[in-house]
Amino acid sequence: MARRVLIKGNEAIAMGAIEAGCRFYFGYPITPQNEIPEYMSMAMPKLGGTFLQAESEVASINMLLGAAATGARVMTSSSSPGISLKQEGISYLAGSQIPGVIVNMSRSGPGLGGIHPSQGDYFQSTRGGGHGDYRTLVLAPSTAQENYDLTMLAFDLAEKYRNPVMILGDALIGQIKEPVELKSYRKKPQDKPWALTGAKGRHGQILKSLFLADGELTDHNWMLAKKYKSMEKEVRFETYRAEDAQLMLVAFGSVGRILKTSVDILREKGKAVGLLRPITVYPFPKQAVRQAAEEAKALMVMELNTGQMVEDVKLAAECACPVDFYGRPPGSIPTPDELAKEAMKVWRKRGLK
Amino acid sequence: MYFDTIIAGFGGQGVLLMGNVLAYAAMHAGKQVTYMPVYGVEMRGGTANCTVVISDRPVGSPIIHEPVSAVVMNRPSAEKFGPMVKKKGQVFVNASLIKEGQFTTRAKTVCWVPTMELASDIGNRRLANMVMLGAVVQGGGMLTIQQVADALSGALDPRYHKMIPANVGALKAGARFISEQKAAKKG
Amino acid sequence: MSAKPKLKQVFDRPKSLKDVPYHYCPGCHHGLIHRLVAEQIDAFGLQESTLAAASVGCSVLLYDYFDVDIVESPHGRAAAVATGLKRAKPDSFVFTYQGDGDLAAIGTAEIVHAANRGEKITVIFVNNAVFGMTGGQMAPTTLEGQVTTTSPYGRSAAEAGLPIRVCEMLSTLEGTAFAARVAVDNIKNLKKAKAALKRAFTYQTKGWGFSFVEFLSSCPTNWKMTPEEANARVGKEMADYFPLGVYKDVRAN
Repeated sequence: MARRVLIKGNEAIAMGAIEAGCRFYFGYPITPQNEIPEYMSMAMPKLGGTFLQAESEVASINMLLGAAATGARVMTSSSSPGISLKQEGISYLAGSQIPGVIVNMSRSGPGLGGIHPSQGDYFQSTRGGGHGDYRTLVLAPSTAQENYDLTMLAFDLAEKYRNPVMILGDALIGQIKEPVELKSYRKKPQDKPWALTGAKGRHGQILKSLFLADGELTDHNWMLAKKYKSMEKEVRFETYRAEDAQLMLVAFGSVGRILKTSVDILREKGKAVGLLRPITVYPFPKQAVRQAAEEAKALMVMELNTGQMVEDVKLAAECACPVDFYGRPPGSIPTPDELAKEAMKVWRKRGLK
Repeated sequence: MYFDTIIAGFGGQGVLLMGNVLAYAAMHAGKQVTYMPVYGVEMRGGTANCTVVISDRPVGSPIIHEPVSAVVMNRPSAEKFGPMVKKKGQVFVNASLIKEGQFTTRAKTVCWVPTMELASDIGNRRLANMVMLGAVVQGGGMLTIQQVADALSGALDPRYHKMIPANVGALKAGARFISEQKAAKKG
Repeated sequence: MSAKPKLKQVFDRPKSLKDVPYHYCPGCHHGLIHRLVAEQIDAFGLQESTLAAASVGCSVLLYDYFDVDIVESPHGRAAAVATGLKRAKPDSFVFTYQGDGDLAAIGTAEIVHAANRGEKITVIFVNNAVFGMTGGQMAPTTLEGQVTTTSPYGRSAAEAGLPIRVCEMLSTLEGTAFAARVAVDNIKNLKKAKAALKRAFTYQTKGWGFSFVEFLSSCPTNWKMTPEEANARVGKEMADYFPLGVYKDVRAN
């Protein structure tokens, strides 16, 4: 029988990474993700792996770049301001097609902000984040179990697409303690002919993002663009009581889970309200949103920010139905009742019955 | 089945441990459970609290502003969380440190548990938190005392395993207190 | 970009250097320094186990010349990238090759901490007192009074401070096992440079710790000098402020 353990969301990420074969972790302390480096610092020496506390987030993402260039499974983690610093390295990873897993247990900003849960990093995560025309796959867990499962998936996706993969959580997702069912990771290691292992029986090979020859960079960017397009098949989302919903709520991560309770409250009152929760926020579940926009009378996006994912929802809905928004800047976590009330405002505004 | 509670008190009163043991026991009983500690800046100032939600269905919100119950181990916690509890809810009050009239609540049921006195009776005043947990489990009815007792070996660090029998005694003392109170009311 | 088809080896071109012409300016010392490094890779038999971290600057094109596995680093981060390479492949020979804009300005934190941790890597630092690739701007190692495109009135100590002596600075760190400053402006210095490199390679292959070799180098284009004048400046003005020598050799005896 599978083993269930009661662990923090952050610990679930560390355990998922280790189960998936990650043996190299480079990080730098920042609240609210410190349980990840703390766990790794305990576990890695026992596993013959490497835990290294770098001098900065900048250094840690570049250590990841170096270790991952050899084909190893490598992870780093941080929180919003630290992710900003890592963006340079993430851009190089994308440009050089080096896989890596980057965890963002985001906090509030701008600037130093605070350590409250926030979803203000949606843009930073889904728009590439650093310089240049690139994308990272972004997974947005909402429970400790998903932290564990999606971290394992992140390593597979990173290698499959030779691309950085980001896990986007927040203080709530990292600090929460829940039962997690531990699983055995069974995927076979992939061949990595691109990895730098020494020029044995072949010429030296190069991982780089600089392309100076005529047309070379154009070709490289087209190739990347095609790759990002091909990632669309990795779309993941969850629906909750979505059947015959007149009002479909759309939310990810912590708000996505809180809204499940709100949906229960509203369904008890006889209101046909459902939830669509994107699990991948890049690629964004465009088709699912489009379908919901056709089947429901209205969509309503809720976020712990003043309006980011709502742009993707509006783009995907293609005006098939109205899209309303309730956002909250950092400072407090909304309760299910509060969000149910906000949903009811839209319910009435849109004349739903 | 649905139960939630905010457990609050001074740092050092073992409120986070109470929450952990409760969450652990719920997991072992096959329930869905979520435990959320306060952290960071909120931690400063000497008070600690955590929220535990136990349900037969997946837990949505881990943050509860109108809890079904609150467990208050000191006066500031009673003042803060007492008024938040639902009308039909329960407040478990540490009667060793909090007096009547020191806080307000809408809750129909207020259980005054002399935790330190009951802990002293069984020979260890430091088990006041486990006495209270016993009372909460008995009063809340979300789990059995045996389920909580069985979870101690998993929830406690192995260093403290020799204390398990004493902890079980404390849980039972708290539970017995609630049963006796109920019986007295009926009688 | 795939490796060019291997051509037949002629004369004594080091095996780990590709048979392609350098893009470097006439009189630039990068070509010589590349060759010296490649000679040691061959001498130690490391071509098949070398992992290099290229940096940003003129020498970013390192990978067009060295026939070894190379990863490109963001500006200044080569020491961190090399840390990752070495931790993941401890049996590899890992080196960085960085200019003064890269290592001594934007990459100061990375080099100091890699040295302080005693990473078992070898750092080749090429100091030509100027940002070369971007067109001759002031570097942290630009000499006092030196005219560059961003110090048109000459570097002012009051405004910009005095040049950083990286070799001396890193030598103060416990983690640095070997540190030397060399030049390739004449045969005598070139031989010393060769010896220092050999020592640095020995440090890494024996697992003795962090090794660092600073090369004083010319940049005739951005110094606006002839190759001869630039070469002479290395031995005079530069070596005056940046004295040549072995600064640290913890296993000297």
